[in-house]
Amino acid sequence: MADLSINLAGIKSPNPFWLASAPPTNSGYQVQRAFEAGWGGAVWKTLGDPILNVTSRFAAISFNGQRVAGFNNIELITDRPLEVNLKEIYETKKRFPNHAIIASLMMEPKQEKWHELVKRVEDVGVDGLELNFGCPHGMAERGMGSASGQVPALVERQTYWVKEVAKTPVIVKLTPNITDITSTAEAACIGGADAISMINTINSLMGVDLDSWNTIPHVAGKGAHGGYCGPAVKPIALNMVAECARHAHINVPISGIGGISNWQDAVEFMLMGATGVQVCTAAMHHGFRIVEDMIEGLSHYLDGKGIKSVSEIIGKSVPRYSDWGNLDLNYNIVAKINTDVCINCNKCHIACEDTSHQCIDMLTDENGKSYLKVREEDCVGCNLCSIVCPVDGAIDMVEVPNELPPMSWNDRQSALSLVTECKIDINK
Amino acid sequence: MEKIQRISNINLEINFQEVERALTNQEALEESNRCLYCYDAPCIKACPTGIDIPTFIKKIASGNLLGSAKTIMSSNPVGASCSRVCPTEELCEGACVLNHSTKPIMIGNLQRYATDWAIKNEQTLFEPGTPNGKSVAVVGGGPAGLSAARELARFGYEVTIFEAAEKAGGLNTYGIVSFRLPQTISYWEVDQVEKLNVTIKTNTRVGKDVSVKELLEDFDCIVLAVGMAHVPHLGIEGEDLEGVYDAIEFVKETKSRKLSNEFVGKRAVVIGAGNTAIDGATCSVRLGAENVKILYRRTEEEMTAYDFEYEFAKQDGVEFRWLTAPKRIIGDEHGKVTGIECIKMHLGEPDQDMRRRPYPVKGSEYVIPVDAVIKAIGQTRHLELIEALELQHESGVVQVNKETYQTSNPIIYACGDVVFGKGKGDAMVVTAAQQGKQAAYSIHRQFTAVETAN
Repeated sequence: MADLSINLAGIKSPNPFWLASAPPTNSGYQVQRAFEAGWGGAVWKTLGDPILNVTSRFAAISFNGQRVAGFNNIELITDRPLEVNLKEIYETKKRFPNHAIIASLMMEPKQEKWHELVKRVEDVGVDGLELNFGCPHGMAERGMGSASGQVPALVERQTYWVKEVAKTPVIVKLTPNITDITSTAEAACIGGADAISMINTINSLMGVDLDSWNTIPHVAGKGAHGGYCGPAVKPIALNMVAECARHAHINVPISGIGGISNWQDAVEFMLMGATGVQVCTAAMHHGFRIVEDMIEGLSHYLDGKGIKSVSEIIGKSVPRYSDWGNLDLNYNIVAKINTDVCINCNKCHIACEDTSHQCIDMLTDENGKSYLKVREEDCVGCNLCSIVCPVDGAIDMVEVPNELPPMSWNDRQSALSLVTECKIDINK
Repeated sequence: MEKIQRISNINLEINFQEVERALTNQEALEESNRCLYCYDAPCIKACPTGIDIPTFIKKIASGNLLGSAKTIMSSNPVGASCSRVCPTEELCEGACVLNHSTKPIMIGNLQRYATDWAIKNEQTLFEPGTPNGKSVAVVGGGPAGLSAARELARFGYEVTIFEAAEKAGGLNTYGIVSFRLPQTISYWEVDQVEKLNVTIKTNTRVGKDVSVKELLEDFDCIVLAVGMAHVPHLGIEGEDLEGVYDAIEFVKETKSRKLSNEFVGKRAVVIGAGNTAIDGATCSVRLGAENVKILYRRTEEEMTAYDFEYEFAKQDGVEFRWLTAPKRIIGDEHGKVTGIECIKMHLGEPDQDMRRRPYPVKGSEYVIPVDAVIKAIGQTRHLELIEALELQHESGVVQVNKETYQTSNPIIYACGDVVFGKGKGDAMVVTAAQQGKQAAYSIHRQFTAVETAN
């Protein structure tokens, strides 16, 4: 069996699956239940100054009957006294010395207040700290969470303050509510962060009730934006992880977060540069027991590939992620329909006909049987047909051999500029 | 779905409640979302009335149940009944592309879900057209007649339905067993037609309560949709004994008045093996009969009942006696049935109908003691009326143009079972509904063409 243990900037855990700082890690009771179930680590629900919560805090969207495709919350940081949390962290760590406990922290941007919080938390024996610069609702209105996380200078300065006193590794958790997450990730690195984690939740309004016209959720007839997470955000999170991973000036480990629901999602995040992952929505949907399959599935995957340690896959796909300008313009794929697998729902035809490149024909063979055929000369290889096809294996996207050498837009432009320069020379 | 409820001998009413459970909201949502929403979907082509099935299912998924019911009923004026009685595995569900990958969508049940919603919420789905001054008499208020009337009324015709029975709906009201199709469903469909200002004259038999001459004089056009008549005579001894029933009348009784308990503990045989025979048999079981046998002179292979009906009868405990023909019905001194003498049969080679003719096995006679004999060997035709209208026919099957449903008299159209010939597929409710629609469209074309010509 492959070694699943990870070491994220010095924080060790028996497997890469941590619970993210959120309702599942609100108390010692919960975190201990999670560790019993098999979770490798937990980021304790954010500690800070006392707050008050409202009721009616969560909402989710269903998509075509699938529940919790996306999830939203307006709950704030912990609403329990700091002493109680610290006592339970201490007890939990004592019971589970080999599991990672990371304290999530949030504080107003004042150096002495950060210093005081860090010291108190480290005194009870946490394995690391995670600075919450991501929470987009409520706390942000008070200058904390994503309000800090959206300003690179504030990220850098507060990270620096924490690092002045911290003895354990410091992870900076970033908000996705920003145009370019690498700018704040870089600021965290400059501030001395030992690692970064992403993404926190995305500003969201889950819906409007068609009968009452209230927001979903609403608090006594009023709503406020929440933080969006769950399976729907995974591609956004994965891109942000990948962009940081391939960035020349961001050279710290990444803890990947955002819609991770199973071991496959975890593998994708790790291939794209995450050292470990954090999970919340999937646990909130199904309970802590989901980790059993995550561990087993990951283990079987690695064994199947003959990989000894999960650490070996970290970042393996990062070199394959680049800018559009570096993609090969001469690469060519076309759709091929396997008529023996096709069930003739014609969804590929109508999708192509109405919304793509009009190259799938509905035909009838000599026996009167309907079939679909791609006019390959008109196919642009967009993949739409294979995306809408409801049957695995009915449509393959097949590479068409090309005699031309690879050439990207960037290659082309630089080649053209050489020609232009030549011409200028000639004209001279 | 769920196991069929056990038959009660005490509360017979329970036995006649609809057996198929309706989908819950959750089930309907999940199932509707499973539909692929095919383009040029084969289920639409497999539906005789061409209901836009993916569209009505999509509307269920989006919560647009009124729109869903309209989509269904627009194509099929008896779409609520059809959701329950159509042989869906041979039609829409049989054509579902998911048969080739997972399992077909429960189209019938979803159709029932949407139409049930419209019934429960007392929706009126359509409006009458602007009156065009033309009048049409529809003879027979069954599926074909209602369907023709509905479409004509939407075009603006003044439509009068002449219905011999106490209520309109025909087969749906009286002929399909209550535990498959509750009468309330049929009444709602009749009501939808009536709301389009269609006059329905019930208890009015054409040729008796109103003359053929009057009809021909008073209306611009006539739609003949009288269906079929009673079960023919077996032509054997003892048919007049007490305890011998016509299956059509027998089923009608269970839908017309309080259920009788005279079948409780009795032994019954049904002669024939079509869907009506199954109905006669399952009704007998549900009336409390202790033993019910279906006697058929051919075999399981040749029986015309739908597979699901056959299965249903078996689950109700109905026994089947193949290659068995009745020879005479035996009665006691009070004129009551006490038994039936049968003879074993064997099958010959297929004849020109491709059906194998049964021949009696000499000396194989035996007697089954019974208290009731239910005849279900087909239906006779309304010959008298057809002849009074002077229409061309073949042994009571009115001859029509296959596309227009126009009869030998250009102002008379015919549709439904009255044009249904032997060996011409299934006499389905849904086919009758489609023919009614087509007759209506032909009539409309006829009049609009005349107007355009003028």
